[in-house]
Amino acid sequence: MNILVCICHVPDTTTKIKFTGTELDKNGVQFIIGPYDDYALARAVELKEASKGKLTVLNVGEADTEPTIRKALAIGADNAVRINAHPKDAYFVAEQIAAYAKDKNFDMILMGREASDYNGGQVHGMVAEMLDMPCIVPCMTLEVEGNTAKMGREIEGGKEYVECEMPFVAGCQEPIAEWKIPNMRGIMMARKKPLEVIEPTSQSAPTEVMAYQLPAERGNVKMIDADNMDELVRLLKEEAKVL
Amino acid sequence: MSVLVYIEADNNAVKKSSLEALTYAAKMNAGDVTALVTDKAENLEELGKYGVKTVLQVNDEKLSTRPVSAIASAIAGAAQKVGANAVVMSRSSTVDAAAPRVGVKMKATVASNVVALPQNENGFVVRRGVFTGKAFADTKLEGENKILTIAKNALAVDDSLSGSATVEAFVPEFGAKDFAIKVTDVKKQEGDILLPEADLVVSAGRGMKGPENWEMIENLANKLGAATACSKPVSDMDWRPHHEHVGQTGIKVAPSLYIAIGISGAIQHLAGVNSSKTIVVINKDSEAPFFKSADYGIVGDAFDVVPKLTEALEKAGI
Ligand SMILES: Cc1cc2nc3c(=O)[nH]c(=O)nc-3n(C[C@H](O)[C@H](O)[C@H](O)COP(=O)(O)OP(=O)(O)OC[C@H]3O[C@@H](n4cnc5c(N)ncnc54)[C@H](O)[C@@H]3O)c2cc1C
Repeated sequence: MNILVCICHVPDTTTKIKFTGTELDKNGVQFIIGPYDDYALARAVELKEASKGKLTVLNVGEADTEPTIRKALAIGADNAVRINAHPKDAYFVAEQIAAYAKDKNFDMILMGREASDYNGGQVHGMVAEMLDMPCIVPCMTLEVEGNTAKMGREIEGGKEYVECEMPFVAGCQEPIAEWKIPNMRGIMMARKKPLEVIEPTSQSAPTEVMAYQLPAERGNVKMIDADNMDELVRLLKEEAKVL
Repeated sequence: MSVLVYIEADNNAVKKSSLEALTYAAKMNAGDVTALVTDKAENLEELGKYGVKTVLQVNDEKLSTRPVSAIASAIAGAAQKVGANAVVMSRSSTVDAAAPRVGVKMKATVASNVVALPQNENGFVVRRGVFTGKAFADTKLEGENKILTIAKNALAVDDSLSGSATVEAFVPEFGAKDFAIKVTDVKKQEGDILLPEADLVVSAGRGMKGPENWEMIENLANKLGAATACSKPVSDMDWRPHHEHVGQTGIKVAPSLYIAIGISGAIQHLAGVNSSKTIVVINKDSEAPFFKSADYGIVGDAFDVVPKLTEALEKAGI
Protein backbone atom coordinates (compact mmCIF):
# COMPACT_ATOMS: atom_id res chain seq x y z
CA MET A 1 0.00 0.00 0.00
CA ASN A 2 1.25 3.44 -0.91
CA ILE A 3 0.06 6.02 1.63
CA LEU A 4 0.37 9.79 1.83
CA VAL A 5 -0.24 11.53 5.15
CA CYS A 6 -0.46 15.32 5.19
CA ILE A 7 0.46 17.00 8.44
CA CYS A 8 0.26 20.54 9.67
CA HIS A 9 2.53 22.21 12.19
CA VAL A 10 0.46 23.86 14.92
CA PRO A 11 0.91 25.37 18.40
CA ASP A 12 0.89 22.87 21.25
CA THR A 13 -2.61 22.41 22.61
CA THR A 14 -1.64 24.06 25.93
CA THR A 15 -0.64 27.30 24.18
CA LYS A 16 -2.15 30.51 25.45
CA ILE A 17 -3.06 32.19 22.17
CA LYS A 18 -1.82 35.79 21.77
CA PHE A 19 -1.31 37.94 18.71
CA THR A 20 1.00 40.75 17.67
CA GLY A 21 -0.93 42.53 14.93
CA THR A 22 -2.10 39.90 12.48
CA GLU A 23 0.54 37.36 13.49
CA LEU A 24 0.39 34.68 16.16
CA ASP A 25 2.83 35.57 18.93
CA LYS A 26 5.20 32.58 18.66
CA ASN A 27 7.23 33.59 21.69
CA GLY A 28 7.67 30.50 23.86
CA VAL A 29 5.17 28.49 21.77
CA GLN A 30 5.98 24.81 21.18
CA PHE A 31 4.86 23.39 17.84
CA ILE A 32 3.48 19.91 17.30
CA ILE A 33 2.00 17.71 14.58
CA GLY A 34 -1.70 18.67 14.27
CA PRO A 35 -3.45 16.39 16.81
CA TYR A 36 -5.94 15.07 14.23
CA ASP A 37 -3.13 14.57 11.69
CA ASP A 38 -1.33 12.61 14.40
CA TYR A 39 -4.27 10.16 14.52
CA ALA A 40 -4.14 9.82 10.72
CA LEU A 41 -0.41 9.18 10.90
CA ALA A 42 -0.82 6.55 13.61
CA ARG A 43 -3.36 4.58 11.53
CA ALA A 44 -1.21 4.98 8.40
CA VAL A 45 1.81 3.49 10.20
CA GLU A 46 -0.30 0.46 11.22
CA LEU A 47 -1.64 -0.04 7.68
CA LYS A 48 1.79 0.39 6.15
CA GLU A 49 3.36 -2.13 8.53
CA ALA A 50 0.58 -4.68 7.93
CA SER A 51 0.88 -4.35 4.14
CA LYS A 52 4.66 -3.81 3.99
CA GLY A 53 3.83 -0.68 2.06
CA LYS A 54 5.28 2.78 1.82
CA LEU A 55 4.35 5.86 3.82
CA THR A 56 5.17 9.41 2.73
CA VAL A 57 4.49 12.37 4.96
CA LEU A 58 3.92 15.82 3.45
CA ASN A 59 3.88 19.27 5.00
CA VAL A 60 3.36 22.63 3.36
CA GLY A 61 5.54 24.89 5.44
CA GLU A 62 8.71 26.88 5.82
CA ALA A 63 12.00 25.47 7.14
CA ASP A 64 10.91 25.88 10.78
CA THR A 65 8.50 22.94 10.40
CA GLU A 66 11.30 20.41 9.86
CA PRO A 67 11.47 19.24 13.51
CA THR A 68 7.73 18.45 13.28
CA ILE A 69 8.31 16.53 10.02
CA ARG A 70 11.23 14.61 11.59
CA LYS A 71 8.90 13.60 14.41
CA ALA A 72 6.51 12.09 11.85
CA LEU A 73 9.47 10.20 10.36
CA ALA A 74 10.38 8.99 13.85
CA ILE A 75 6.83 7.74 14.35
CA GLY A 76 7.15 5.61 11.22
CA ALA A 77 6.88 7.47 7.90
CA ASP A 78 9.50 6.32 5.36
CA ASN A 79 10.16 9.59 3.64
CA ALA A 80 9.01 13.18 3.81
CA VAL A 81 8.26 16.05 1.47
CA ARG A 82 8.16 19.68 2.49
CA ILE A 83 6.58 22.11 0.08
CA ASN A 84 8.53 25.22 0.84
CA ALA A 85 5.91 27.89 1.45
CA HIS A 86 3.98 29.61 4.17
CA PRO A 87 0.62 27.75 4.24
CA LYS A 88 -1.41 30.83 3.33
CA ASP A 89 -4.86 29.28 3.37
CA ALA A 90 -6.74 26.02 2.80
CA TYR A 91 -7.03 26.46 -0.97
CA PHE A 92 -3.33 27.20 -1.30
CA VAL A 93 -2.38 24.12 0.72
CA ALA A 94 -4.86 21.90 -1.14
CA GLU A 95 -3.44 22.96 -4.51
CA GLN A 96 0.09 22.06 -3.42
CA ILE A 97 -0.99 18.65 -2.12
CA ALA A 98 -3.05 17.85 -5.21
CA ALA A 99 -0.23 18.90 -7.55
CA TYR A 100 2.23 16.70 -5.66
CA ALA A 101 -0.06 13.67 -5.30
CA LYS A 102 -1.48 13.72 -8.84
CA ASP A 103 0.99 11.30 -10.46
CA LYS A 104 2.30 9.38 -7.41
CA ASN A 105 -0.28 6.56 -7.35
CA PHE A 106 -1.17 6.86 -3.68
CA ASP A 107 -3.78 4.36 -2.54
CA MET A 108 -4.96 6.76 0.12
CA ILE A 109 -4.33 10.33 1.23
CA LEU A 110 -4.95 10.77 4.95
CA MET A 111 -4.92 13.87 7.11
CA GLY A 112 -6.68 15.20 10.18
CA ARG A 113 -10.30 16.34 10.02
CA GLU A 114 -9.08 19.89 10.62
CA ALA A 115 -6.04 21.82 11.75
CA SER A 116 -6.20 22.83 15.39
CA ASP A 117 -5.10 26.38 14.56
CA TYR A 118 -7.30 27.65 11.72
CA ASN A 119 -10.01 24.97 12.11
CA GLY A 120 -10.84 25.21 8.41
CA GLY A 121 -11.56 21.52 7.79
CA GLN A 122 -11.38 22.12 4.05
CA VAL A 123 -8.12 20.71 2.74
CA HIS A 124 -9.27 17.06 2.52
CA GLY A 125 -12.41 17.91 0.54
CA MET A 126 -10.59 20.30 -1.76
CA VAL A 127 -7.79 17.82 -2.52
CA ALA A 128 -10.39 15.10 -3.19
CA GLU A 129 -12.35 17.35 -5.55
CA MET A 130 -9.18 18.45 -7.37
CA LEU A 131 -8.13 14.81 -7.84
CA ASP A 132 -11.69 13.52 -8.44
CA MET A 133 -11.52 11.09 -5.51
CA PRO A 134 -14.06 10.17 -2.84
CA CYS A 135 -13.48 11.73 0.57
CA ILE A 136 -14.60 10.60 3.99
CA VAL A 137 -14.69 12.98 6.94
CA PRO A 138 -14.58 12.52 9.90
CA CYS A 139 -13.04 9.10 9.35
CA MET A 140 -13.11 7.34 12.73
CA THR A 141 -12.37 3.74 11.73
CA LEU A 142 -10.48 2.51 8.68
CA GLU A 143 -9.89 -1.06 7.50
CA VAL A 144 -8.70 -2.22 4.11
CA GLU A 145 -9.81 -5.43 2.34
CA GLY A 146 -8.29 -5.96 -1.07
CA ASN A 147 -8.90 -2.76 -2.96
CA THR A 148 -11.80 -1.68 -0.75
CA ALA A 149 -11.56 0.70 2.19
CA LYS A 150 -14.18 0.29 4.91
CA MET A 151 -14.71 3.27 7.12
CA GLY A 152 -16.92 4.57 9.88
CA ARG A 153 -17.90 8.12 10.62
CA GLU A 154 -20.18 9.91 13.03
CA ILE A 155 -23.18 11.72 11.63
CA GLU A 156 -26.00 13.53 13.40
CA GLY A 157 -27.68 10.97 15.58
CA GLY A 158 -25.43 7.99 15.09
CA LYS A 159 -22.75 6.24 13.11
CA GLU A 160 -22.49 5.60 9.41
CA TYR A 161 -20.41 2.79 7.91
CA VAL A 162 -19.26 3.20 4.33
CA GLU A 163 -16.95 1.66 1.79
CA CYS A 164 -15.23 2.79 -1.37
CA GLU A 165 -12.53 1.66 -3.74
CA MET A 166 -9.04 3.04 -3.35
CA PRO A 167 -7.71 5.65 -3.97
CA PHE A 168 -9.54 7.99 -1.63
CA VAL A 169 -8.97 10.90 0.74
CA ALA A 170 -9.93 10.89 4.43
CA GLY A 171 -9.98 13.51 7.19
CA CYS A 172 -9.32 11.48 10.33
CA GLN A 173 -10.31 11.73 13.97
CA GLU A 174 -10.03 9.49 17.02
CA PRO A 175 -10.64 6.62 17.70
CA ILE A 176 -9.11 5.64 14.33
CA ALA A 177 -5.87 4.76 16.17
CA GLU A 178 -3.96 5.78 19.26
CA TRP A 179 -1.25 8.39 19.03
CA LYS A 180 2.19 6.83 18.67
CA ILE A 181 5.11 8.16 20.67
CA PRO A 182 8.43 7.88 18.81
CA ASN A 183 11.01 5.60 20.44
CA MET A 184 14.78 6.11 20.53
CA ARG A 185 15.38 3.89 17.53
CA GLY A 186 12.73 5.75 15.55
CA ILE A 187 14.30 9.08 16.42
CA MET A 188 17.78 7.87 15.35
CA MET A 189 16.44 6.45 12.09
CA ALA A 190 14.43 9.58 11.34
CA ARG A 191 17.63 11.60 11.04
CA LYS A 192 18.71 9.53 8.03
CA LYS A 193 15.35 9.29 6.28
CA PRO A 194 14.95 11.40 3.12
CA LEU A 195 13.26 14.81 3.46
CA GLU A 196 12.78 16.33 0.04
CA VAL A 197 12.10 20.07 -0.26
CA ILE A 198 10.15 21.23 -3.30
CA GLU A 199 8.88 24.65 -4.32
CA PRO A 200 5.16 25.51 -4.57
CA THR A 201 3.53 25.19 -7.99
CA SER A 202 0.90 27.90 -7.61
CA GLN A 203 0.34 30.94 -5.46
CA SER A 204 -3.40 31.56 -5.27
CA ALA A 205 -4.72 32.13 -1.76
CA PRO A 206 -8.20 33.66 -1.88
CA THR A 207 -8.50 34.46 1.83
CA GLU A 208 -6.58 36.77 4.10
CA VAL A 209 -6.84 37.36 7.85
CA MET A 210 -7.30 41.08 8.47
CA ALA A 211 -7.43 41.00 12.28
CA TYR A 212 -7.65 38.62 15.24
CA GLN A 213 -9.90 39.00 18.24
CA LEU A 214 -9.80 37.21 21.57
CA PRO A 215 -13.10 36.05 23.05
CA ALA A 216 -14.60 38.14 25.85
CA GLU A 217 -13.50 37.00 29.30
CA ARG A 218 -16.12 35.42 31.51
CA GLY A 219 -17.11 37.52 34.52
CA ASN A 220 -16.08 36.41 37.99
CA VAL A 221 -17.31 33.01 39.09
CA LYS A 222 -20.11 33.04 41.64
CA MET A 223 -19.47 30.41 44.32
CA ILE A 224 -22.46 28.58 45.75
CA ASP A 225 -22.53 26.53 48.92
CA ALA A 226 -22.59 22.77 48.27
CA ASP A 227 -25.51 22.47 50.66
CA ASN A 228 -27.60 25.05 48.85
CA MET A 229 -28.48 23.56 45.48
CA ASP A 230 -31.84 25.35 45.61
CA GLU A 231 -29.90 28.58 45.22
CA LEU A 232 -28.07 27.23 42.15
CA VAL A 233 -31.36 26.22 40.55
CA ARG A 234 -32.80 29.66 41.32
CA LEU A 235 -29.79 31.43 39.73
CA LEU A 236 -29.91 29.23 36.65
CA LYS A 237 -33.58 30.06 36.25
CA GLU A 238 -33.70 33.71 37.19
CA GLU A 239 -30.23 35.11 36.54
CA ALA A 240 -28.74 32.99 33.78
CA LYS A 241 -32.20 32.17 32.36
CA VAL A 242 -31.06 28.84 30.99
CA LEU A 243 -33.68 26.61 32.61
CA MET B 1 -26.64 38.99 -6.82
CA SER B 2 -28.44 36.26 -4.94
CA VAL B 3 -27.83 33.75 -2.18
CA LEU B 4 -28.41 30.01 -2.15
CA VAL B 5 -28.93 28.22 1.18
CA TYR B 6 -28.63 24.44 1.39
CA ILE B 7 -31.01 23.31 4.14
CA GLU B 8 -31.42 19.96 5.88
CA ALA B 9 -34.58 18.39 7.26
CA ASP B 10 -35.16 15.64 9.82
CA ASN B 11 -38.51 13.89 10.09
CA ASN B 12 -39.92 16.18 7.37
CA ALA B 13 -39.12 19.34 9.36
CA VAL B 14 -36.38 21.84 8.48
CA LYS B 15 -33.63 21.77 11.12
CA LYS B 16 -33.25 24.74 13.45
CA SER B 17 -29.64 25.19 12.35
CA SER B 18 -30.86 25.47 8.74
CA LEU B 19 -33.30 28.19 9.79
CA GLU B 20 -30.30 30.03 11.28
CA ALA B 21 -28.60 29.79 7.87
CA LEU B 22 -31.73 31.19 6.18
CA THR B 23 -31.79 34.09 8.63
CA TYR B 24 -28.10 34.70 7.95
CA ALA B 25 -28.73 34.75 4.19
CA ALA B 26 -31.68 37.14 4.52
CA LYS B 27 -29.67 39.51 6.70
CA MET B 28 -26.77 39.58 4.23
CA ASN B 29 -28.96 41.82 2.06
CA ALA B 30 -27.36 40.34 -1.01
CA GLY B 31 -30.43 39.77 -3.16
CA ASP B 32 -32.99 36.98 -3.41
CA VAL B 33 -32.64 33.99 -1.13
CA THR B 34 -33.19 30.55 -2.66
CA ALA B 35 -33.27 27.43 -0.50
CA LEU B 36 -32.17 24.01 -1.75
CA VAL B 37 -33.51 20.92 -0.01
CA THR B 38 -32.66 17.33 -0.86
CA ASP B 39 -34.27 15.73 2.21
CA LYS B 40 -37.97 14.96 2.51
CA ALA B 41 -39.65 18.05 3.95
CA GLU B 42 -43.12 19.51 4.28
CA ASN B 43 -44.62 23.03 4.40
CA LEU B 44 -41.72 24.51 2.49
CA GLU B 45 -43.85 27.50 1.37
CA GLU B 46 -43.67 28.68 4.98
CA LEU B 47 -39.95 29.36 4.58
CA GLY B 48 -41.12 32.71 3.17
CA LYS B 49 -41.22 34.02 6.70
CA TYR B 50 -37.45 33.54 6.94
CA GLY B 51 -37.00 35.54 3.74
CA VAL B 52 -36.91 32.69 1.21
CA LYS B 53 -38.28 33.51 -2.24
CA THR B 54 -37.89 30.15 -3.96
CA VAL B 55 -37.31 26.62 -2.70
CA LEU B 56 -35.63 24.13 -5.02
CA GLN B 57 -36.71 20.68 -3.95
CA VAL B 58 -34.82 17.61 -5.11
CA ASN B 59 -36.79 14.41 -4.93
CA ASP B 60 -34.27 11.61 -5.33
CA GLU B 61 -34.14 8.52 -3.13
CA LYS B 62 -30.38 8.24 -3.84
CA LEU B 63 -29.83 11.38 -1.76
CA SER B 64 -31.58 10.07 1.35
CA THR B 65 -28.27 9.20 3.05
CA ARG B 66 -26.86 12.62 2.03
CA PRO B 67 -23.95 11.29 -0.07
CA VAL B 68 -21.43 14.13 0.15
CA SER B 69 -20.18 14.34 -3.46
CA ALA B 70 -23.70 14.16 -4.88
CA ILE B 71 -24.94 16.82 -2.45
CA ALA B 72 -21.99 18.99 -3.49
CA SER B 73 -22.98 18.57 -7.17
CA ALA B 74 -26.59 19.47 -6.35
CA ILE B 75 -25.50 22.62 -4.48
CA ALA B 76 -23.15 23.76 -7.25
CA GLY B 77 -25.83 23.00 -9.88
CA ALA B 78 -28.51 24.91 -8.00
CA ALA B 79 -26.19 27.90 -7.47
CA GLN B 80 -25.53 27.98 -11.19
CA LYS B 81 -29.22 27.64 -12.05
CA VAL B 82 -30.26 30.63 -9.93
CA GLY B 83 -27.09 32.62 -10.55
CA ALA B 84 -26.17 32.69 -6.86
CA ASN B 85 -22.75 34.03 -6.01
CA ALA B 86 -22.95 33.15 -2.34
CA VAL B 87 -23.83 29.80 -0.79
CA VAL B 88 -24.68 29.82 2.92
CA MET B 89 -25.16 26.66 4.95
CA SER B 90 -25.20 25.72 8.59
CA ARG B 91 -22.45 23.39 9.78
CA SER B 92 -23.36 19.69 9.89
CA SER B 93 -21.56 16.46 9.09
CA THR B 94 -22.76 16.80 5.48
CA VAL B 95 -22.03 20.50 5.10
CA ASP B 96 -18.55 20.30 6.63
CA ALA B 97 -17.66 17.60 4.11
CA ALA B 98 -19.44 19.11 1.09
CA ALA B 99 -18.42 22.80 1.42
CA PRO B 100 -14.80 22.39 0.23
CA ARG B 101 -15.96 20.30 -2.75
CA VAL B 102 -18.55 22.94 -3.70
CA GLY B 103 -15.82 25.58 -3.35
CA VAL B 104 -13.60 23.84 -5.91
CA LYS B 105 -16.53 23.12 -8.25
CA MET B 106 -17.74 26.74 -8.23
CA LYS B 107 -14.23 28.28 -8.06
CA ALA B 108 -15.55 29.95 -4.94
CA THR B 109 -13.76 31.08 -1.80
CA VAL B 110 -14.75 29.07 1.26
CA ALA B 111 -14.97 30.34 4.83
CA SER B 112 -15.90 27.76 7.44
CA ASN B 113 -17.11 28.15 11.01
CA VAL B 114 -18.40 31.69 10.46
CA VAL B 115 -19.83 33.28 13.63
CA ALA B 116 -21.17 36.67 12.46
CA LEU B 117 -22.66 38.51 9.48
CA PRO B 118 -20.21 39.82 6.88
CA GLN B 119 -18.76 43.33 6.99
CA ASN B 120 -18.64 45.00 3.59
CA GLU B 121 -16.80 48.29 4.21
CA ASN B 122 -13.42 46.92 3.29
CA GLY B 123 -14.06 44.04 0.95
CA PHE B 124 -16.10 41.02 2.09
CA VAL B 125 -14.94 40.18 5.63
CA VAL B 126 -16.36 37.44 7.87
CA ARG B 127 -15.48 36.52 11.44
CA ARG B 128 -14.47 32.87 11.89
CA GLY B 129 -13.85 30.91 15.08
CA VAL B 130 -10.21 29.73 15.11
CA PHE B 131 -7.68 28.14 17.50
CA THR B 132 -10.50 25.91 18.74
CA GLY B 133 -12.50 28.65 20.39
CA LYS B 134 -9.46 30.52 21.71
CA ALA B 135 -9.71 33.30 19.09
CA PHE B 136 -11.61 34.77 16.13
CA ALA B 137 -10.14 35.69 12.76
CA ASP B 138 -11.69 38.47 10.66
CA THR B 139 -11.09 36.98 7.24
CA LYS B 140 -11.34 38.73 3.90
CA LEU B 141 -12.62 36.61 1.02
CA GLU B 142 -11.54 37.48 -2.52
CA GLY B 143 -13.31 36.42 -5.68
CA GLU B 144 -16.81 36.53 -7.19
CA ASN B 145 -18.26 33.48 -5.46
CA LYS B 146 -18.32 32.71 -1.76
CA ILE B 147 -19.25 29.72 0.35
CA LEU B 148 -19.92 30.25 4.05
CA THR B 149 -20.52 27.55 6.64
CA ILE B 150 -22.16 29.02 9.73
CA ALA B 151 -21.42 27.92 13.30
CA LYS B 152 -24.42 26.74 15.31
CA ASN B 153 -26.10 29.44 17.42
CA ALA B 154 -24.18 32.15 15.53
CA LEU B 155 -27.38 34.18 15.29
CA ALA B 156 -31.00 33.97 16.41
CA VAL B 157 -33.61 32.70 13.95
CA ASP B 158 -35.81 35.52 12.62
CA ASP B 159 -39.22 34.42 11.33
CA SER B 160 -40.75 37.90 11.19
CA LEU B 161 -40.77 38.31 7.41
CA SER B 162 -43.95 37.83 5.47
CA GLY B 163 -44.71 36.13 2.18
CA SER B 164 -44.75 32.60 1.02
CA ALA B 165 -42.00 30.81 -0.88
CA THR B 166 -42.52 29.23 -4.30
CA VAL B 167 -41.54 25.56 -4.34
CA GLU B 168 -40.01 24.18 -7.56
CA ALA B 169 -38.74 20.73 -8.36
CA PHE B 170 -35.04 20.59 -9.23
CA VAL B 171 -33.18 17.73 -10.90
CA PRO B 172 -29.42 18.09 -10.43
CA GLU B 173 -26.77 16.60 -12.69
CA PHE B 174 -24.40 14.24 -10.95
CA GLY B 175 -20.75 13.44 -11.65
CA ALA B 176 -19.59 9.94 -12.59
CA LYS B 177 -18.07 9.35 -9.14
CA ASP B 178 -20.68 11.08 -6.99
CA PHE B 179 -21.92 7.78 -5.59
CA ALA B 180 -18.51 6.10 -5.25
CA ILE B 181 -18.96 5.84 -1.48
CA LYS B 182 -21.48 3.18 -0.52
CA VAL B 183 -23.26 3.34 2.80
CA THR B 184 -23.26 -0.19 4.22
CA ASP B 185 -24.88 0.47 7.58
CA VAL B 186 -26.25 3.27 9.75
CA LYS B 187 -26.56 2.86 13.50
CA LYS B 188 -28.93 5.45 14.89
CA GLN B 189 -28.62 6.27 18.51
CA GLU B 190 -32.21 6.09 19.70
CA GLY B 191 -33.66 7.98 22.61
CA ASP B 192 -30.67 9.92 23.81
CA ILE B 193 -30.32 13.63 23.24
CA LEU B 194 -27.56 14.18 20.75
CA LEU B 195 -24.55 16.02 22.08
CA PRO B 196 -23.66 18.25 19.09
CA GLU B 197 -27.20 19.66 18.97
CA ALA B 198 -27.97 19.73 22.69
CA ASP B 199 -28.97 22.93 24.43
CA LEU B 200 -28.08 21.59 27.89
CA VAL B 201 -25.06 19.38 28.58
CA VAL B 202 -24.02 17.47 31.71
CA SER B 203 -20.37 16.47 31.46
CA ALA B 204 -18.22 14.44 33.83
CA GLY B 205 -14.54 13.65 34.16
CA ARG B 206 -12.01 11.46 35.88
CA GLY B 207 -13.27 12.70 39.26
CA MET B 208 -16.14 10.20 38.88
CA LYS B 209 -13.63 7.40 39.67
CA GLY B 210 -15.21 4.76 37.42
CA PRO B 211 -17.92 4.00 34.85
CA GLU B 212 -20.13 2.44 37.52
CA ASN B 213 -20.71 5.91 38.99
CA TRP B 214 -22.35 7.44 35.93
CA GLU B 215 -25.87 6.71 37.06
CA MET B 216 -26.07 9.95 39.03
CA ILE B 217 -24.77 11.85 35.98
CA GLU B 218 -27.45 10.25 33.81
CA ASN B 219 -30.13 10.98 36.40
CA LEU B 220 -29.18 14.64 36.44
CA ALA B 221 -29.09 14.75 32.62
CA ASN B 222 -32.50 13.07 32.39
CA LYS B 223 -33.97 15.49 34.88
CA LEU B 224 -32.74 18.42 32.78
CA GLY B 225 -33.35 16.86 29.40
CA ALA B 226 -29.64 17.32 28.79
CA ALA B 227 -27.10 15.37 26.71
CA THR B 228 -24.19 13.69 28.49
CA ALA B 229 -20.55 14.40 27.69
CA CYS B 230 -17.15 13.53 29.18
CA SER B 231 -13.48 14.50 29.25
CA LYS B 232 -10.93 12.78 27.06
CA PRO B 233 -9.35 10.45 29.65
CA VAL B 234 -12.83 9.15 30.44
CA SER B 235 -13.43 8.04 26.85
CA ASP B 236 -9.80 6.89 26.47
CA MET B 237 -10.35 4.51 29.41
CA ASP B 238 -13.63 3.38 27.79
CA TRP B 239 -15.68 4.49 30.76
CA ARG B 240 -17.85 6.32 28.24
CA PRO B 241 -18.25 6.12 24.43
CA HIS B 242 -15.96 8.19 22.21
CA HIS B 243 -18.78 10.28 20.81
CA GLU B 244 -19.19 11.87 24.27
CA HIS B 245 -15.62 13.22 24.34
CA VAL B 246 -15.61 17.01 24.20
CA GLY B 247 -12.64 19.32 23.85
CA GLN B 248 -9.93 20.33 21.47
CA THR B 249 -9.61 16.84 20.04
CA GLY B 250 -13.25 15.85 20.46
CA ILE B 251 -16.62 17.43 19.87
CA LYS B 252 -16.97 21.18 20.31
CA VAL B 253 -20.17 22.19 22.01
CA ALA B 254 -21.87 25.55 22.59
CA PRO B 255 -24.97 24.84 24.69
CA SER B 256 -26.88 27.32 26.84
CA LEU B 257 -25.79 25.40 29.94
CA TYR B 258 -22.70 23.23 30.45
CA ILE B 259 -22.35 21.51 33.83
CA ALA B 260 -18.83 20.13 34.43
CA ILE B 261 -18.51 17.54 37.19
CA GLY B 262 -15.15 16.23 38.39
CA ILE B 263 -13.33 17.80 35.45
CA SER B 264 -10.18 19.79 36.22
CA GLY B 265 -10.54 22.27 33.33
CA ALA B 266 -7.43 21.55 31.28
CA ILE B 267 -6.93 24.03 28.45
CA GLN B 268 -7.68 21.32 25.85
CA HIS B 269 -10.99 20.58 27.54
CA LEU B 270 -11.92 24.27 27.82
CA ALA B 271 -11.22 24.75 24.11
CA GLY B 272 -14.19 22.59 23.27
CA VAL B 273 -16.68 24.07 25.74
CA ASN B 274 -15.83 27.72 26.33
CA SER B 275 -18.41 28.95 23.83
CA SER B 276 -21.15 27.69 26.16
CA LYS B 277 -23.43 30.46 27.39
CA THR B 278 -23.40 29.47 31.08
CA ILE B 279 -20.89 27.14 32.75
CA VAL B 280 -21.39 25.45 36.14
CA VAL B 281 -18.42 23.66 37.72
CA ILE B 282 -18.66 21.08 40.49
CA ASN B 283 -15.26 20.06 41.83
CA LYS B 284 -13.97 19.02 45.24
CA ASP B 285 -10.74 20.97 44.76
CA SER B 286 -11.27 24.71 45.23
CA GLU B 287 -8.06 25.30 43.23
CA ALA B 288 -9.29 23.44 40.14
CA PRO B 289 -8.53 25.64 37.09
CA PHE B 290 -12.06 25.17 35.71
CA PHE B 291 -13.44 27.60 38.33
CA LYS B 292 -11.64 30.45 36.48
CA SER B 293 -13.77 29.76 33.39
CA ALA B 294 -17.04 29.17 35.20
CA ASP B 295 -20.08 31.34 35.85
CA TYR B 296 -21.17 29.32 38.91
CA GLY B 297 -18.93 27.14 41.04
CA ILE B 298 -19.59 24.59 43.75
CA VAL B 299 -16.72 23.21 45.82
CA GLY B 300 -17.80 19.80 46.98
CA ASP B 301 -17.79 16.06 46.45
CA ALA B 302 -19.69 15.19 43.28
CA PHE B 303 -21.06 12.05 44.93
CA ASP B 304 -22.79 14.33 47.41
CA VAL B 305 -23.57 17.43 45.31
CA VAL B 306 -24.93 15.84 42.12
CA PRO B 307 -27.83 13.94 43.75
CA LYS B 308 -28.66 17.10 45.73
CA LEU B 309 -28.79 19.14 42.55
CA THR B 310 -31.08 16.59 40.90
CA GLU B 311 -33.30 16.76 43.96
CA ALA B 312 -33.37 20.57 43.93
CA LEU B 313 -34.41 20.53 40.27
CA GLU B 314 -37.17 18.08 41.11
CA LYS B 315 -38.34 20.35 43.90
CA ALA B 316 -38.35 23.36 41.57
CA GLY B 317 -40.63 21.45 39.25
CA ILE B 318 -38.10 20.98 36.43
C1 LIG C 1 -2.93 17.09 22.56
C2 LIG C 1 -3.90 16.93 23.66
C3 LIG C 1 -5.25 17.03 23.38
C4 LIG C 1 -6.20 16.88 24.39
N1 LIG C 1 -7.52 17.00 24.09
C5 LIG C 1 -8.44 16.93 25.07
C6 LIG C 1 -9.83 17.07 24.80
O1 LIG C 1 -10.24 17.24 23.64
N2 LIG C 1 -10.71 16.99 25.84
C7 LIG C 1 -10.31 16.78 27.13
O2 LIG C 1 -11.17 16.71 28.02
N3 LIG C 1 -9.01 16.61 27.40
C8 LIG C 1 -8.07 16.67 26.41
N4 LIG C 1 -6.76 16.48 26.72
C9 LIG C 1 -6.41 16.06 28.08
C10 LIG C 1 -6.34 17.21 29.08
O3 LIG C 1 -5.04 17.75 29.04
C11 LIG C 1 -6.62 16.69 30.49
O4 LIG C 1 -5.71 15.69 30.80
C12 LIG C 1 -8.03 16.16 30.68
O5 LIG C 1 -8.99 17.08 30.20
C13 LIG C 1 -8.28 15.88 32.14
O6 LIG C 1 -9.51 15.23 32.30
P1 LIG C 1 -10.30 15.33 33.70
O7 LIG C 1 -10.51 16.73 34.02
O8 LIG C 1 -11.47 14.43 33.56
O9 LIG C 1 -9.29 14.62 34.69
P2 LIG C 1 -8.33 15.22 35.82
O10 LIG C 1 -7.46 16.28 35.27
O11 LIG C 1 -7.73 14.06 36.46
O12 LIG C 1 -9.32 15.96 36.80
C14 LIG C 1 -10.22 15.33 37.64
C15 LIG C 1 -10.88 16.41 38.48
O13 LIG C 1 -11.87 15.82 39.27
C16 LIG C 1 -11.84 16.40 40.56
N5 LIG C 1 -12.42 15.42 41.46
C17 LIG C 1 -11.88 14.25 41.88
N6 LIG C 1 -12.75 13.59 42.68
C18 LIG C 1 -13.84 14.36 42.78
C19 LIG C 1 -15.07 14.23 43.47
N7 LIG C 1 -15.34 13.16 44.23
N8 LIG C 1 -15.97 15.22 43.36
C20 LIG C 1 -15.73 16.33 42.60
N9 LIG C 1 -14.57 16.49 41.93
C21 LIG C 1 -13.65 15.52 42.01
C22 LIG C 1 -10.40 16.69 40.82
O14 LIG C 1 -10.26 17.74 41.79
C23 LIG C 1 -9.93 17.12 39.42
O15 LIG C 1 -10.05 18.53 39.25
C24 LIG C 1 -5.79 16.61 25.72
C25 LIG C 1 -4.43 16.51 26.00
C26 LIG C 1 -3.50 16.67 24.99
C27 LIG C 1 -2.05 16.56 25.34
